[in-house]
Amino acid sequence: MNILVIAEPSTGGVKAPTLTTLGAAAKLGGSVSLLVVGPGGAEAASVAGVAKVLSADGAEYAHPLAENVAPLVAKVAKDGGFGHVLFPATTFGKNVAPRVAALLDVQQISDITAVESADTFQRPIYAGNAIATVQSSDPVKVVTVRGTAFEAAAATGGSASVESVSGTGDAGLSKFVGQELTKSERPELTSARVIVSGGRGMQSGDNFVMLDALADKLGAAVGASRAAVDAGFVPNDYQVGQTGKIVAPELYIAVGISGAIQHLAGMKDSKVIVAINKDEEAPIFQVADYGLVADLFKAVPELTQAVG
Amino acid sequence: MKILVAVKRVVDYNVKVRVKADNTGVETANVKMSMNPFDEIAVEEAVRLKEAGKATEIVVVSIGPAAAQETLRTALAMGADRAILVQTDAEVQPLAVAKTLKAIVANEQPGLVILGKQAIDDDANQVGQMLGALLNWPQGTFASKVVPGDGSVAVTREVDGGLETVELKLPAIVTTDLRLNEPRYASLPNIMKAKKKPLETVDPASLGVDMAPRLKTLKVVEPPKRQGGIKVGSVEELVGKLKNEARVI
Repeated sequence: MNILVIAEPSTGGVKAPTLTTLGAAAKLGGSVSLLVVGPGGAEAASVAGVAKVLSADGAEYAHPLAENVAPLVAKVAKDGGFGHVLFPATTFGKNVAPRVAALLDVQQISDITAVESADTFQRPIYAGNAIATVQSSDPVKVVTVRGTAFEAAAATGGSASVESVSGTGDAGLSKFVGQELTKSERPELTSARVIVSGGRGMQSGDNFVMLDALADKLGAAVGASRAAVDAGFVPNDYQVGQTGKIVAPELYIAVGISGAIQHLAGMKDSKVIVAINKDEEAPIFQVADYGLVADLFKAVPELTQAVG
Repeated sequence: MKILVAVKRVVDYNVKVRVKADNTGVETANVKMSMNPFDEIAVEEAVRLKEAGKATEIVVVSIGPAAAQETLRTALAMGADRAILVQTDAEVQPLAVAKTLKAIVANEQPGLVILGKQAIDDDANQVGQMLGALLNWPQGTFASKVVPGDGSVAVTREVDGGLETVELKLPAIVTTDLRLNEPRYASLPNIMKAKKKPLETVDPASLGVDMAPRLKTLKVVEPPKRQGGIKVGSVEELVGKLKNEARVI
């Protein structure tokens, strides 16, 4: 069985979502090729469990536009006779994978959380309130992989061969104009060991400074609920939830978050959940291992002191 | 420019869904149904573009049972001009939805197709991208800003690291994210007016699309329940528990 894994594009080393997608590939078993779109092909050769790195480093892949990347992936999948094409369920993977599936005339399987066999997978539906087991009848399985559900492959220890591949050039349909990326020295949300997350109860963006201070003490990432993002307290990439980022850290500290099901869908697989909320009826307490009914404006600075 | 908007009738986002006892799916009988929230944002964006003089007509399309007419009427009440229901009681998976929409696009020739990024029932997040591939049109997914220009549209997208802006040649596909706009509530006069707007029902067989499902759902189960924990009385007690019991700090 030949499996093609598409790496999360990166300008600085192999990204965590690539490693967890490789973890899902390992569950399938078979020879794994890793397609690196853009720079980083040579670095990826050291990832454990990869037989071959396919590097597509043409100028048209400097920014991973779906219109250019999808035909490339479809071509590589066909040429290599791959039975599985796995993407990380990141905004990159979610953007490109369905376009590849449609080019190959197959029904994609989104956001898998378990591999039962070569054609059967588990995936959450209804914001994770139900888990469906689905079986594909398509010759090629195009899959996106939920990173929190699989163990990451080791970033070192492998010695894959590196081969250059090319696609079909620039489709001429789209252009990259610019980006505003949130700059942070903290770990990324999707791979952080600890996350401190704020909700509507934070009352303003300025008050997130309190969470930043706590996060810095704990080496944590800072996240938010949809309510806090919609209110403009923090940028969109902070959002944890059904349609935002799915996280499962060792410790998730929810501050001033009521716990709507859409938010719980994004964090309820965290190992330990702490909730700090002044409303003791807040649904977040139903999933919290440790709940503290308190005024967050007192409790958070106190907590920051205490963990120092 | 004509805009086509696709909408789906789904279990309302406030409903706590229950898995059926026979594990074949979730309970949808006697459950409140609504327009998929991302699709409301899609309709709203189309209406705003028309109000800004950037669009001439808004056609809204749904694929589903007869009851999806209600969803289409909601879209008409928000400001869409005309509706098409591809009526079927069968399960239609994203690839088949995209193929059906491709057939509608061939008839309607819109300059822009706006869809929700994801339906909150199957959480697939596929149709817009698939339609883009089938039509060989560019796609601006997870949009938080849409600015039509001359022969192109600039779309700002919500991506993992922040925001990204792309310029797409028209015709193009846009899928909506949460921050694109805040959908309006339809006013009573507009709800009354919507009843008189045209709503055409189409037999899927007439479109010549293969709608057979490719995925078989073997079972649907409840996720493992998280055990509720304890309340602590103070920050000091919390830190103690995290250090000595949970050992996570």
